[in-house]
Amino acid sequence: MITEAAVEREHYLNASYGLKSWLLTKDHKRIGLLYLATITLFFFIGGAFATLIRVELLTPQGDLVSSQTYNKLFTMHGVAMIFFFLIPSIPAVLGNFFLPIMIGARDLAFPKLNLLSWYLLVIGGAFSLFAMIAGGVDTGWTFYTPYSTSYSNSWVISTALGIFVAGFSSILTGLNFIVTVHRMRAPGMTWFRMPLFVWANYATSLIQVLGTPVLAVTIVLLFVERVFHLGIFDPARGGDPVLFQHLFWFYSHPAVYIMILPSMGVVSEIISTFSRKSVFGYGFVAFSSVAIAVLGFLVWGHHLFVSGQSLYAGMVFSFLSYFVAIPSAIKVFNWTATLYKGSIVFQTPMLYAFGFIGLFTVGGLTGLFLAALGMDIHVTDTYFVIAHFHYIMVGGALMGYLGGMHFWWPKMTGRMYPEGWAKLSALVIFLGFNLTFFPQFILGYLGMPRRYHAYPEEFQVLNVLSTAGASVLAVGYLIPMIYFIWSLRYGKIAPANPWGATGLEWRTSSPPPVHNFEETPIVSHDAYDYSTVMGEEIEVG
Amino acid sequence: MGKFQLFPVQASTLAPEVDHLLYFLLAVSVFFTLLIFGAIFFFAIKYRRRSEGELPHVQHTGYTLEIVWSVIPFGLTMVMFTWGASIFFNASKPPNDAIQIYAVGKQWMWKLEHMEGQREINELHIPVGRPVRVTMASEDVIHSFFVPAFRTKQDVVPGRYSTTWFTPTKTGKYHLFCAEYCGTRHSGMIGWVYVMEPADYQNWLSGGAAEGSLADNGKKLFESLACNNCHKEDNTGRCPNLVNLFGKQVQLAGGGTVKADEAYIRESILQPQAKIVAGFEPVMPTFTGLVSEDQVLQLVEYVKSLGPKPAAGAIDTGTSSQGRPGAPPAIPAKR
Amino acid sequence: MADHSLTNHAQTESLALRVQFDTAAQQKDASQLGMWIFLITEIMFFGGMFAAYTVYRNWYPEVFAIASSSLNAVLGAINTGVLLLSSFTMVMAVRAGQLGQQKMIIIFLILTLLFGGVFLGVKAIEWKEKFDEHHIPGQAAFHLEGLKDYDQGHAQLFFSLYFAMTGLHALHMVIGVGIILTLIMQAKKGIYSADYYTPVDVAGLYWHFVDVIWIFLFPLLYLIDRHLGK
Repeated sequence: MITEAAVEREHYLNASYGLKSWLLTKDHKRIGLLYLATITLFFFIGGAFATLIRVELLTPQGDLVSSQTYNKLFTMHGVAMIFFFLIPSIPAVLGNFFLPIMIGARDLAFPKLNLLSWYLLVIGGAFSLFAMIAGGVDTGWTFYTPYSTSYSNSWVISTALGIFVAGFSSILTGLNFIVTVHRMRAPGMTWFRMPLFVWANYATSLIQVLGTPVLAVTIVLLFVERVFHLGIFDPARGGDPVLFQHLFWFYSHPAVYIMILPSMGVVSEIISTFSRKSVFGYGFVAFSSVAIAVLGFLVWGHHLFVSGQSLYAGMVFSFLSYFVAIPSAIKVFNWTATLYKGSIVFQTPMLYAFGFIGLFTVGGLTGLFLAALGMDIHVTDTYFVIAHFHYIMVGGALMGYLGGMHFWWPKMTGRMYPEGWAKLSALVIFLGFNLTFFPQFILGYLGMPRRYHAYPEEFQVLNVLSTAGASVLAVGYLIPMIYFIWSLRYGKIAPANPWGATGLEWRTSSPPPVHNFEETPIVSHDAYDYSTVMGEEIEVG
Repeated sequence: MGKFQLFPVQASTLAPEVDHLLYFLLAVSVFFTLLIFGAIFFFAIKYRRRSEGELPHVQHTGYTLEIVWSVIPFGLTMVMFTWGASIFFNASKPPNDAIQIYAVGKQWMWKLEHMEGQREINELHIPVGRPVRVTMASEDVIHSFFVPAFRTKQDVVPGRYSTTWFTPTKTGKYHLFCAEYCGTRHSGMIGWVYVMEPADYQNWLSGGAAEGSLADNGKKLFESLACNNCHKEDNTGRCPNLVNLFGKQVQLAGGGTVKADEAYIRESILQPQAKIVAGFEPVMPTFTGLVSEDQVLQLVEYVKSLGPKPAAGAIDTGTSSQGRPGAPPAIPAKR
Repeated sequence: MADHSLTNHAQTESLALRVQFDTAAQQKDASQLGMWIFLITEIMFFGGMFAAYTVYRNWYPEVFAIASSSLNAVLGAINTGVLLLSSFTMVMAVRAGQLGQQKMIIIFLILTLLFGGVFLGVKAIEWKEKFDEHHIPGQAAFHLEGLKDYDQGHAQLFFSLYFAMTGLHALHMVIGVGIILTLIMQAKKGIYSADYYTPVDVAGLYWHFVDVIWIFLFPLLYLIDRHLGK
């Protein structure tokens, strides 16, 4: 009976066909899938660069590629992964798809703007891809002046322009989310009944809206300095290269929270669903997202401890940086407490959520090392930093993204993924990740600087371990790619609510109809009230 | 494969301090990691779903619990902050009796000069047990002076002097890295720091000092550039007498004073019009583009040697800890 | 007035109401909130440049004073007046929208457009002057009278900021002109009424914002420390 209904029923995927129906769609769900295709492309581009980097670092000598090429590889790895994969990942794919449904709306507030955002990402991506194909860019993803303005002979302008345009994609998505959350909630969906995923995306949107414009103007100033020789950061004219770093990190530190906060939202959903229990300390978890978003704007200076900023600025930024640790710790403790006396099942999304908590804990704790001034002097700009932010961005953000993809895949496609393969890949990714990045903590404390094409011999053993881990990790990422595509055709038909979850997205069919709900839902319960779902199941049974 | 290491050598007075902080941070991290991992494993096994229909009790937020697990971590982070900041603060001021070294970073090498005139490229010889102060300039992009065995690192930003210092405690040969990405051969901008017994260091100094001391070279340069035509020692020149100038307050034309420190001397060579001494005409041409950063350092050292005689390196140059560049900059070698 | 429009909303709910909204009021609220948030992003955008301006002015106050006094304050003042006038006509266009006077919407929008054009014209004249006077940073011929050689670099910083800030402001004006042109064409089709004039309203917010940015730029670039520079 279920299969029959799924074949017959009209939903957002079969409501219309043809390329045009996708490229001109205003449906947030289809736009979410457009984003999915785009960022998956960039993930594999960035992944290919990472592979080459790791293979080069197998031996101490720079023997696989030239140093010029190596510099381009790590730059383009960073640009592709940060600006075209991680930042859009959860908000633009899962947020786009589910945020309106989770608050009971028919669409985002500005569907056309939403489509425009996707086109901006594609145009920005095209500029950056062009730069990569035409010859690459070698400034590092941080674009520090004066190297990027006066010394680099690579495709800085095209790349910067790509990031600038993609930035507006991010700004407009954030704007759309904020307005949607404020103005489009279904009757009864009060702020404190919103799922934590919505809270997390709301907090993320605040950062996107407040931070990204500063990156945009920084890129404009870089652009005019390189092209028209206006000299805002030019030390030859009394300008200050460190000012560039301040402006850059004013965005780029909060950008870390653009990547991690939505992941935290996903983890809250998953932990709750698969322990069939309301997230412990819901209000604390919700507000900690907003707290992270706000505090995240006050700590950028901790990237500049050795740049020559004043002693006292360093101390203030170090002090404030520790404040961000607290809301993050609150989340981790509350998730753990949610498990207590829960009813826990080990489906794939839950494995990713556990992985997230573990890796994020390690990433967060090592962040405390970097925030300590005396310690940072030694480990900044070494592999310790590389390991730390990969634990946050890959171990955290990416694990959350993959967890969310598995969690919502049945809803998005109407098909189940193969559970056995999915569990295997979750395990492979977790092991591969740790093998890749844990040795880098030790390398960093030993003093191996980042962005080194060749390195002293005594660092080789740890680098070999890291490269071995990277190959395991690569396999781990390829498996889901294959079985997700496979499941589109051969996967089991997904029921409306395969996990027994509470969110509104599970109250509508899989995949959802064009306007999400047959009729506007009316919300009368808290976000994670499992007694309602259990009741329904009994009725159905 | 080279010798395998898990922990870097401790070769400066700072190194054990940083390492002790590391042990504390590691202990806290291991404790919390085990706590979280342990709790997740334990709960996940103990409370695994046993029947499809089970519905756990709703737990209300425990405010005590929330406060406990906010306040305890906060207290711990404040210990980390204070500890880290005190190491940083104590290490910010070089001691007065430090040996002075000048360093110029350029794509892609370190040029180092001793007071006695020895010049080295990508090598630095220093004696054990004496504080060493390195004053650094960059000829092009940002570099960073990093000696892992000493646990020190300092960015070298073009257009200003940056300073770092350390007291080596162990003889040996240690890596010198450039830690700030500086272009194509960034990973080739490396060298060695040789920490020697004081006697060996004296030998080394006398062995290689064929070119005369830094101040001597500065004096030669001073004469070959005909600076002494105007800067006369008997106050009859068209320009200020430089004897006994260094470290004093100078009256400026148009009011105000400036301390004649390294940054000011550098500025006066490269941008002589910037701060004119009271009672003099702005007649000096700029030497931007005519002298390199290391030649500027020689001239500065020569002016220093004219007295008054300070303890070596006692003059605060407006170290890197000042936000505003000590000297408004000039980059001679710009592409 | 408010009551009037509210009842109208209730009567003509289907008018230009997009599918994702339940009511016209919700749609209007959303549009306005959206524009306000966009304007906040714009503040952050210009904020980056104001930060750079603050740092450098603090470092090189005398040079900034002299460079500032080389700007043409008369043209700047004229432009300020023109822009304020354009804001006034923009308000009148919104008012006409509220009253449902379709003709007046078009007239006031055209006036706003004209003032916007005048502003850009005057700006172009100013920039031309700067070119003629060799006050273009990054050019070998750059020279600002009354400054020593040494300070020419710092003066270039001032003009870099001047061109970056006024340039980006002008770019916003150009975008605003484009928006108003679109509005005029829409208004000619007669789609705006007392019940639906949100695009005019929201474009008005944008236009006033661009105006306000200029209100900050004008004194910071042209007036502050002018007396010191002369």
